[in-house]
Amino acid sequence: MSSSENGGEPLLRLRGVSKNFGPVQALHGVDLEVRAGEVTALVGDNGAGKSVTIKTIAGIHSPDQGEIFWEGRPVRIRTPRDAAALGIETVYQDLALCNNLDIVQNMFLGRERTRAGVLNEEDMETAAQETLSSLAVTTVRSIRQPVASLSGGQRQSVAIAKAVLWDAKLVIMDEPTAALGVAQTAMVLSLTRRLADQGHAAMIVSHNMNDVFEVADRIAVLYLGRVVAVRPVAELDRQSVVDLMTTGESSRMPSEPERTEG
Amino acid sequence: MSKIEPPPADPNLPPEHLTDEAARKAELAVPAELVAESVGDYLRTSISRIKAGESGILPVVGGLFLISILFQSLNSNFLTAGNLVNLLVQAAVFSLLAMGEVFVLILGEIDLSIGYVAATGAAVMADMASPAHGWPWWAAIGAALAVCALIGLIQGLIITQIGLPSFVVTLAGLLFFQGVLLKILGNGGTIPINNTTINNIASANLSDTEGWIVMLALVGVFGLVTWRHDSKRRLAGLVAPPPTVTLLKVGAALLGGVALVLLCNTDRGVLVKISGVPWVVLLVVAVLVVWTFLLGRTKLGRYMYAIGGNAEAARRAGVSLAQVRVAAFVLTSFTAGIAGVVYASRLRSISTAVDGGTLVLYAVAAAVIGGTSLFGGRGKAMHGVLGGIVIAGIDNGMGLMGYTAAAKFMVTAGVLLAAVTLDAVARRGRVAGM
Repeated sequence: MSSSENGGEPLLRLRGVSKNFGPVQALHGVDLEVRAGEVTALVGDNGAGKSVTIKTIAGIHSPDQGEIFWEGRPVRIRTPRDAAALGIETVYQDLALCNNLDIVQNMFLGRERTRAGVLNEEDMETAAQETLSSLAVTTVRSIRQPVASLSGGQRQSVAIAKAVLWDAKLVIMDEPTAALGVAQTAMVLSLTRRLADQGHAAMIVSHNMNDVFEVADRIAVLYLGRVVAVRPVAELDRQSVVDLMTTGESSRMPSEPERTEG
Repeated sequence: MSKIEPPPADPNLPPEHLTDEAARKAELAVPAELVAESVGDYLRTSISRIKAGESGILPVVGGLFLISILFQSLNSNFLTAGNLVNLLVQAAVFSLLAMGEVFVLILGEIDLSIGYVAATGAAVMADMASPAHGWPWWAAIGAALAVCALIGLIQGLIITQIGLPSFVVTLAGLLFFQGVLLKILGNGGTIPINNTTINNIASANLSDTEGWIVMLALVGVFGLVTWRHDSKRRLAGLVAPPPTVTLLKVGAALLGGVALVLLCNTDRGVLVKISGVPWVVLLVVAVLVVWTFLLGRTKLGRYMYAIGGNAEAARRAGVSLAQVRVAAFVLTSFTAGIAGVVYASRLRSISTAVDGGTLVLYAVAAAVIGGTSLFGGRGKAMHGVLGGIVIAGIDNGMGLMGYTAAAKFMVTAGVLLAAVTLDAVARRGRVAGM
């Protein structure tokens, strides 16, 4: 795997993050590091705390205990706005695109560029075009077509490109391939890879082991609100990840990383 | 595992094989002017879009032609200059109300109160301009528009802050402002308007020469702006229509303007010569231009479409839903105020005879007939104008043929139903195309 050097300061570090919802403890002292230039996959069974973890990073929930470090500095992320200000953009499963608006309008929604109070369409269109081509999203016919006319993969690409346009250092993707066909999944995964290769940190939440093993550099496994393993993908195989997800431990995991199941 | 080539080299990235079906749909969704390289291309793309239900204002324009042919064949007075100009003046109130309604319809809301809000505005204006107060015309009109905007603000705040459905709040508004109107009109039930300027709004005309000058100036500005806009885009390498299409657009505007002025400058008087472009036509055009600009070129307009398309997405993008919604209700009521001024000006009075219930239903019908969606997210000021002309056309044409209000209502209802059906079918087509 083409992991970048592991020595540097991680972009994002969670230390001992806990979160309760009434009597339900959703996260127990989660430790997690996310590095720039890498794709980190967050996996876990239903209810393991994946959503709570990313929502904590995205500023939707604030942690009850624990610390979050961004580029080595302790930060408090109270609102999505705080997260955006740091450079954290989240692409949710429902994508949050307006079907009746075109690609450019969606990418700039809420942050339109204006000149003397009038929308500066040329400027926005040029910037959107540059971002899309830097990510090699070229299957769309016109960036002025409404999002309603795009395929699922194209929409996902637009949502990711939107995050990149806003100088996201960390792009969090929640189940980006859940609703996609084979070819479109490949398209989104290659886009995710490209994101990391450009120096962004990408974090992908997924159930799909194929996707995770295809694109991730590092896998973090959540089990009942705890991170039970964070390892480079080369040290894991599918069976051990499934074991970790379902039981919280894997008999063969620590010692024999490359062993294939048999 | 995944060896990915660096960004610039893309051509064979995991090919998202567009099926023929998907490619066709993508094609249909793109406005013709964005992808067409030549006039032929432009026409072909336009036609395929129309076939797919993305027809824009075409149905209503077609409907207008149909109505014209039908009524002309039944009564040769329909297509005379006098009647057509009369029709435009009749349509003004419907068009203005409908342009107002478009704002809230884009948000997926509705405002049922604007008929009586318009009448309330008219009563305020008539009262202020009456000898009892003696305000100058501009102050009286200003007061009317301010009152209407305030009504919109209050209704908008109730809807957003308490979180009530606009349908119910504005239904209450319909009743309430009918009451307010009766209160202002008092025992007499009528306030006559004697102010010449106010009465001129709906009855005076530009002189023939003025008509030409104004039309040429407007088309000139439109042509200049369109040409500069399109050529700037072409130079920047952005998607833009080919120069021929730009020229055709400007040419069509000129042709329409010349036809309108020729029509209006034909003598339509019976005893004395009456000719010229009515002021009120100019007023409708002015409102149309301003609202089109607001919807198409400002953040507020963009946010209205965004909320109508996906309110949650707009909220996450940092758009203040409440502010934009309130603004839409203010704009709707304000535009209704303009309609009220025109309504009273035409009758030279405001009385308890005003039927605000029918007016608002006509306004919603006009907007939808024009092409605005009842489901939110789609609509243009132009839709209100064209729909208003259709409704006035049916009213006018059937009136010429001696039909009663009973028949007019039933036919208008049929047209509305057809328009809503078209909207729903087109929407289903779009949703299925996702």
